[in-house]
Amino acid sequence: MGRYTLRRLLQLVPVFLGTTLIIYYLVWGLSDDPFAGKCGQRECPAPYVATMTARLNLDDPVIVQWLKYLGGLLTGDFGRTFSGNEVSDLIANAAPVSFRLALVAVVVEIVIGITAGLVSGLRGRGYVDSLILVSTLFLISLPVFVTGLVVKQVLGVELGWIRTSVPPDPTILDLFVPGLVLGSLSMAFVARLTRTSLMENSRADFVRTAVAKGLSRRRVVLAHMLRTSLIPVVTFIGTDLGALMGGAVVTEGVFNIRGLGGLVFTGIQRQEQTQVVGVVALLVIIYLVVNLIVDLLYAVLDPRIRYD
Amino acid sequence: MTDTLRQEPSLAGHDEGAVVSPEAESGLWSDAWKQLRRRPLFIISGVVIIVLLVMALFPSLFTSVDPTFQVLDRSGEAPNASSWFGRDLFGRDVYARAIYGAGPSLAVGLLASLGTVVVGSLAGLTMGYFRGLTDSVLSRIGEIFAGIPFVLGGIVILTSLNKPGEIVGSTRLIVQVVLTIVLLSWPLAMRIMRAAALASSQQDYVKAARALGAGPLRIMFRHMLPNCLAPVLVYGTIQLGVFIGAEATLSYLGIGLKDPVVSWGVMISEVQARIIQMPHALFFPAAFLVVTVLAFVMMGDALRDALDPRGR
Repeated sequence: MGRYTLRRLLQLVPVFLGTTLIIYYLVWGLSDDPFAGKCGQRECPAPYVATMTARLNLDDPVIVQWLKYLGGLLTGDFGRTFSGNEVSDLIANAAPVSFRLALVAVVVEIVIGITAGLVSGLRGRGYVDSLILVSTLFLISLPVFVTGLVVKQVLGVELGWIRTSVPPDPTILDLFVPGLVLGSLSMAFVARLTRTSLMENSRADFVRTAVAKGLSRRRVVLAHMLRTSLIPVVTFIGTDLGALMGGAVVTEGVFNIRGLGGLVFTGIQRQEQTQVVGVVALLVIIYLVVNLIVDLLYAVLDPRIRYD
Repeated sequence: MTDTLRQEPSLAGHDEGAVVSPEAESGLWSDAWKQLRRRPLFIISGVVIIVLLVMALFPSLFTSVDPTFQVLDRSGEAPNASSWFGRDLFGRDVYARAIYGAGPSLAVGLLASLGTVVVGSLAGLTMGYFRGLTDSVLSRIGEIFAGIPFVLGGIVILTSLNKPGEIVGSTRLIVQVVLTIVLLSWPLAMRIMRAAALASSQQDYVKAARALGAGPLRIMFRHMLPNCLAPVLVYGTIQLGVFIGAEATLSYLGIGLKDPVVSWGVMISEVQARIIQMPHALFFPAAFLVVTVLAFVMMGDALRDALDPRGR
């Protein structure tokens, strides 16, 4: 287990380097004058240009800039934006909001998705099963921004049940509806994955053995079938969690939530390259680490899987 | 949905060892076709897709109104007898725009899905055949692109390609959106193809072909590819729908297709600030979008049931 973890950790390094290099090159390497339009209608004052050029190493080739930036990242320095904000402060403000939103979405996915999958997988062919299959298919086809706009319009404007704009420091309750919207697509995937996986496992030898041992149905289903059936589901939720943290740009935009996705979006609009690169680098780290944890969880879920 | 009666499909010829002959290969596809013909899911989605294709190729069959013609004093008009779906902020006919929007939306979906499947399959086949170092290196490269969150990656790539405020032609915009989607999505298709290729490269028919002196290219494309194609095709069909949604999302954010081009995402993006005054201008393009995505996802689902003997 230890050696496996170490090997996986080492594999993360080139992936992290590659991703940040691509993002860094796209954001810095392709813009020919980073100071264009930064100081309103006139040219930026020479001392400002000189300070920023020195601080961001703009005179170096992009690859050297990137290496120096990585050096800063290792010491926890995310750099500063053109307007003088510490990127780490911006992240510290936005990350908790994004995290809460992702948490709501994942809880929704797990609770509703797995329950729906369990019900339809165990009942087998019938009314409930068809209903769940049709409704998940429908959810999969709905782009998040359509769901978001419609939910905001109906629940927020017409019924007045929720606020159309989430307050600056939202609680879990404020984020419930946005989280539901954000998690709806993945919830449908989780339900379908659980269902398929349960159906495949229901005829497995270990389930027959468990039944033959005289275990109660509840125990057979929960301790034997569900546990092993959850592997593809956990894999999916793991990959999804990383995507939810930053991929919530659309949901954050619709409900006016100030999270990490919004930070990247405004960073792009205001051409704050350091902000964009910093947030994306952080999101990539989160994504990679969550995936590693998921891989290690396999052995917990399925006793047949052993590392080394 | 999947509870319709169906025949036991036979995958005869697949596990039988010997070099795959054309008859054995067509066994899978003709079985699948026999089964698909009787599934309402497949028929409904097939009809919807055909209608959409006709709409995309010959929009003038459905409407004679110019989708860019503005009648400003009829701005935001609700659905009525002369304009069935109402009019948008600039007084353009929403029905005509929804019809004309099918073209760019489908084009992006089709090209992106094709690109993803081709790039992913080539990479996956190479990895499954050569294994070892090639496999590890390509896996890491795939992870690099899979690690970038889709929407964020799309925002970064598409904004870096065009200078702010730059006016870009519609063909170039479509190509850029397609390439962005392919760049960020090919690793998924690669993983699916790789898994199938790894399994098939151990089969007797591959060993037999190698023993007969077939080169890597011949083994990969003549022997492995036909046997690994089904799961990637299913994925490609489902993704076609998903990519149409992705194009709409990017356009909604203002970084995908833009105004002279009419697509459902562009229409939704234009109306988002005025949903309260003109909900019809949101509803109709959104409905077209959802029905289209649904049709492709359903088609993919039906294909998977027909091509994959497990999961029943």
